[in-house]
Amino acid sequence: MNHKRKALSKKIFFYLMISVLSFFILLPFFWMVSTSLKESKALTSIPIQWIPENVTTEAYVTLFNVFPFARSIFNSVFIAFAGTFISVLSAAMAAFVFAKIEFRGREILFGFFLATMMIPGNLVMIPNYLILRSLNLIDTYTGVLLPGFFNAFGTFLLRQNMKSLSDSYIEAAFMDGASRLRIFFRIVLPLVKPALTTVTVLIFMGNWNAYLWPLIVLTSKEKMTLTVGLSLLNGQHGTDYNMLMAGAIISIIPMIIVYGLAQKHIEGGLSVGGLK
Amino acid sequence: MVSLNKKRKVFDIMIFLLPSLFGLIVFQLIPFGYSFFLSLTDWDVLGDINFIGLTNYLNLIKSEEFWRVLWNTLYYMIIYIPGILIVSLGLASLLNKRLSGIKFYRVIFYIPVLTSWVAAALLWKWLLSPYYGPINEIVNLFGMNGPSWLYDKNWAMPGIVLASIWKDMGFFGLIFLSALKSINPTYYEAAKIDGASNINKFFNITLPLISPTMLFVIIISIINSFQLFPQVMIMTEGGPHGSTEVMVERIYKYAFDYYKMGYASAFSWILFVFILITTIIQLKLQKKWVHYES
Repeated sequence: MNHKRKALSKKIFFYLMISVLSFFILLPFFWMVSTSLKESKALTSIPIQWIPENVTTEAYVTLFNVFPFARSIFNSVFIAFAGTFISVLSAAMAAFVFAKIEFRGREILFGFFLATMMIPGNLVMIPNYLILRSLNLIDTYTGVLLPGFFNAFGTFLLRQNMKSLSDSYIEAAFMDGASRLRIFFRIVLPLVKPALTTVTVLIFMGNWNAYLWPLIVLTSKEKMTLTVGLSLLNGQHGTDYNMLMAGAIISIIPMIIVYGLAQKHIEGGLSVGGLK
Repeated sequence: MVSLNKKRKVFDIMIFLLPSLFGLIVFQLIPFGYSFFLSLTDWDVLGDINFIGLTNYLNLIKSEEFWRVLWNTLYYMIIYIPGILIVSLGLASLLNKRLSGIKFYRVIFYIPVLTSWVAAALLWKWLLSPYYGPINEIVNLFGMNGPSWLYDKNWAMPGIVLASIWKDMGFFGLIFLSALKSINPTYYEAAKIDGASNINKFFNITLPLISPTMLFVIIISIINSFQLFPQVMIMTEGGPHGSTEVMVERIYKYAFDYYKMGYASAFSWILFVFILITTIIQLKLQKKWVHYES
């Protein structure tokens, strides 16, 4: 009996603790939604309104009026998709070579790929900006996307996966006269699908949430992604929190959907990649 | 035939590596060298490029600002690292329990990780509003007077740390969770038979066995702390009175607001050296300090 009671009180303790932590996590989100539905004058009411007295979508409407926000959504979607496509395809192609095509100096080159992970983005951002400037690519999508051709993390994860594929599939196809390109697209990529999904989702989330690089490259309002647009709004309408929170919510929702759809794949994929 | 095959192979390798090599060379390697070259010049985009040796580095080290920025970064680390370790390890051990609804909680803690830093920083700037924000409203409930947070030079950095812990705990929590799950339960069973207390079990079994993960989390945290940026940029822009100025924020300002490309590049090389040293320490420590299960 005593033992049972002890187990019960332990259980209550755990639920209490996890609820306190959840409260710390969720309260800000609650406040974000609540703020986005307030009228401007309710923002500075004392005491604060946890639940808005007058619920209104005014802030969402203003947001699209004072800033080309619909355009920002498009820019973010385009850059995230195009950037992810470029990085994943490029990384997968390199990974195929490092995993399945032997040549002299391969391991050295791969080590070199990995070593560049040590170079922080902040170190190369100034020269990269200057390179884009000399190519007249400032304030273009191309400028934001180009550095994505190299992705050491994606290359590494996919190479680990491709290495574990049996060579016999590939050799058999090769004997049948299939080209390497065909083998890559028809045999190798389908076989590493879990890892490919993981890498795709992680790179997509990284692109969607990227800030510093697009902030440097994209200078006109029409080209800005959501993160850059929101930070500009923060500078110009720094106290219109109902509007800023509305924008923040819009920027978060796609990520939650993408993650929700891909969660199972990601957790599986990471364990395949030996990262966990 | 053989030579044709060989040619074909070389051609294929080139095609497959081309996109990556293009990105690697044009946007990693050339910039790497270019950046160091720039750090030895006084280039301001408009004027000529003059080679000035180590002047930028010397000016940096002599400036009061540089040491303030270092102190600010250190201050951030001193609060953030113990905070994130305790919170995320605590979270992981809660999520490790077999309780119903645990999956639901795992999702909740991951939402801040999915949020962009820009959105999260905007949110926390508003949460920490001294008069109209809910944080001080809650503090006041306990009969205390909440600080002015981002408007107070002593409280601005702790405010940024609070936001960072909120955003990162789900990420590090999941990393600790997988470390906890990999511990062989027979250790705990044996300890239980020996009558060990929970605290004993934690310090003598759990902690040594998750030390590789712990080291990983600490190192990642240090490297991230050196590169603190969006939080500062959105929440304080380095203020008040320079109390939240940090390295990347300074590099950004010098390069893209004042166009002092040389000075900014020197700053980014010092940052790179810090990160390099941290990584070398990690590699050394990994061999000595950390306990691996054989």
